[in-house]
Amino acid sequence: MEKINVAILGSGNIGTDLMLKLERSDVLQLTTVIGIDPQSEGLRMAREKGYRVIDSGIQAFLEHPEWADFVFDATSAKAHIRHAKLLKRAGKVVFDLTPAAVGPFVVPPVNLTEHLEETNINFITCGGQATIPIVHAIGRVQPVAYAEIVVTISSKSAGPGTRANIDEFTETTARGLEKIGGAKRGKAIIILNPAEPPILMRNTIYALVEGNEAAAREICDSIEEMVETIRSYVPGYRLRTSPIIEGNKVTVMIEVEGAGDYLPKYAGNLDIMTAAAVKVAEEVAKHRLSKLLAEEGRR
Amino acid sequence: MKRAITITEVALRDGSHAIAHQYTTEQVAAIAKALDEANVPYIEVSHGDGLGGSSLQYGLSRTDEFELIETAVAVCRQAKIAVLLLPGIGTVKELKQAARLGAKMARIATHVTEADISAQHIAAAKELGMETVGFLMMAHMAPIDVLVHQAQLMESYGADVVYVVDSAGALLPYEVKERVRALKESIGIEVGFHAHNNLSLAMANTLAAIEEGATRVDGSVRCLGAGAGNTQTEVLVAVLDRMGIPTGIDLYKMMDLAEQLVAPMLPKAQEITRDSLTLGYAGVYSSFLLHAQRAAQTFGLDARDILIELGRRKVVGGQEDMIVDVAAEMARQKVAVWEGEWK
Repeated sequence: MEKINVAILGSGNIGTDLMLKLERSDVLQLTTVIGIDPQSEGLRMAREKGYRVIDSGIQAFLEHPEWADFVFDATSAKAHIRHAKLLKRAGKVVFDLTPAAVGPFVVPPVNLTEHLEETNINFITCGGQATIPIVHAIGRVQPVAYAEIVVTISSKSAGPGTRANIDEFTETTARGLEKIGGAKRGKAIIILNPAEPPILMRNTIYALVEGNEAAAREICDSIEEMVETIRSYVPGYRLRTSPIIEGNKVTVMIEVEGAGDYLPKYAGNLDIMTAAAVKVAEEVAKHRLSKLLAEEGRR
Repeated sequence: MKRAITITEVALRDGSHAIAHQYTTEQVAAIAKALDEANVPYIEVSHGDGLGGSSLQYGLSRTDEFELIETAVAVCRQAKIAVLLLPGIGTVKELKQAARLGAKMARIATHVTEADISAQHIAAAKELGMETVGFLMMAHMAPIDVLVHQAQLMESYGADVVYVVDSAGALLPYEVKERVRALKESIGIEVGFHAHNNLSLAMANTLAAIEEGATRVDGSVRCLGAGAGNTQTEVLVAVLDRMGIPTGIDLYKMMDLAEQLVAPMLPKAQEITRDSLTLGYAGVYSSFLLHAQRAAQTFGLDARDILIELGRRKVVGGQEDMIVDVAAEMARQKVAVWEGEWK
């Protein structure tokens, strides 16, 4: 099968984890890894694996736009705002793993098919990726008046970007619960836990559905179906206990164990982001390739 | 009168935990007015978990906290209103709203190892012209050198004061001394101490902190705070007076408001029950008390067992969802054991 050439911008933890995940893709071919620190572990690993390495930032890549059609941005929100303009001008499709939110929010099992033609896609936050599908799963049975989520991650897996602007996390996630999850009102809370050994990412979703009683059976079935869908691209995603339903309140507890590609297994919060980004990029790639085939067929 | 020690009254914030966040505007107006007349310098008003804490996770506020803040500001002539904010729960947006309503002090709280998530909020509070306090919670969970480093971070972000916060009421007096002393030696700003009375050490610990140079301490009238409550303000005022340490607070007025206003409001007197004692013993966040008791009832368990298990798992403040999670797991294990015995 034909593959689409991709580049990774950023050679930190996220960028390096993406590199390992992309090795397994049938439709994406990683060609280039772009960083700014020649000594970084990520660039060293990329060189060892035989990828083209740029250690001076985005400019050198812009001079050779033929090296990749898709770009994953794993830098920072601030850097992405600049990158987004440059890459748009260069005609690239960009998968943005920063909280910059330049492009539309995408959560694969909820709204991926609506955004296959986009040129900049944002993944909200790790907490959003882990909880919005559950809110959607409840909402497709019974409208959700209020969704509140609590994300607990190990201190070790919270990078300096998240720490410097934690409001960005809570506010962006809350917006995602409303816009993509479909809740009338959303609220997000994040907690860092420094315990050793590091804890796995945990998420609690509380939803108040409209009406006095939640349709217990249908809601539980819908949640279980959603969990299975997510497990197809995040195998370590699982329910901690069966959903708890009291009146119109639904409580769902989720644990996310990472795949352990580059990031340690406890960092399910980072893994769910890279896994979602690869999943979306693959679907966009398939969509493009099938369109190309169709066009060739007409000629 | 000059105050050698500055007391912040926390009953209208920490006390909110003890009454499941059910304060009414009338209660807050009456208590804040009386505290102001007793010359209490700072009164903290917020949801128990700080601004934005009203939630299914921690308990919904009966009255919007901004309404309570506005009310308290309106009835105070000299006292300044303080607000608590836990980054990850509350945001700068809520801090701005509190400042607009007249709050003059911001206390920015993080787990003792996570000070770097407070930089944004401390900077914002300073920019709003608020007196700013860094609040290092669950101080018993980190070694002293870590506590010192985290306090230095808060100082570097612009905090005017850093508090050692014994959220679990687990510290022993000599541990309080070591911590306050280490901070006094390594930071240039004021040091404060916030106690919980789960091991009946709130007063002893507060005095230990003052002995080592803490100049800001918290009290709650009638011990109205999470767990077994905090250092009882009216008692603290009397004790410090006997020690010749001026607090500027009128002892009789403080005693009267405790007796006439706060006591009748309490569903039951704050005392050290077996469950609140367990909080201090296990080193668990004091606000877990009522949540653990509810989970114990739901799952047919002893609240003490749940609290001990939470302590073993090193759960931190704000992880109230772990209470039900752990209780459900313990209940499943119990059933499994029964089934095993049947076979």
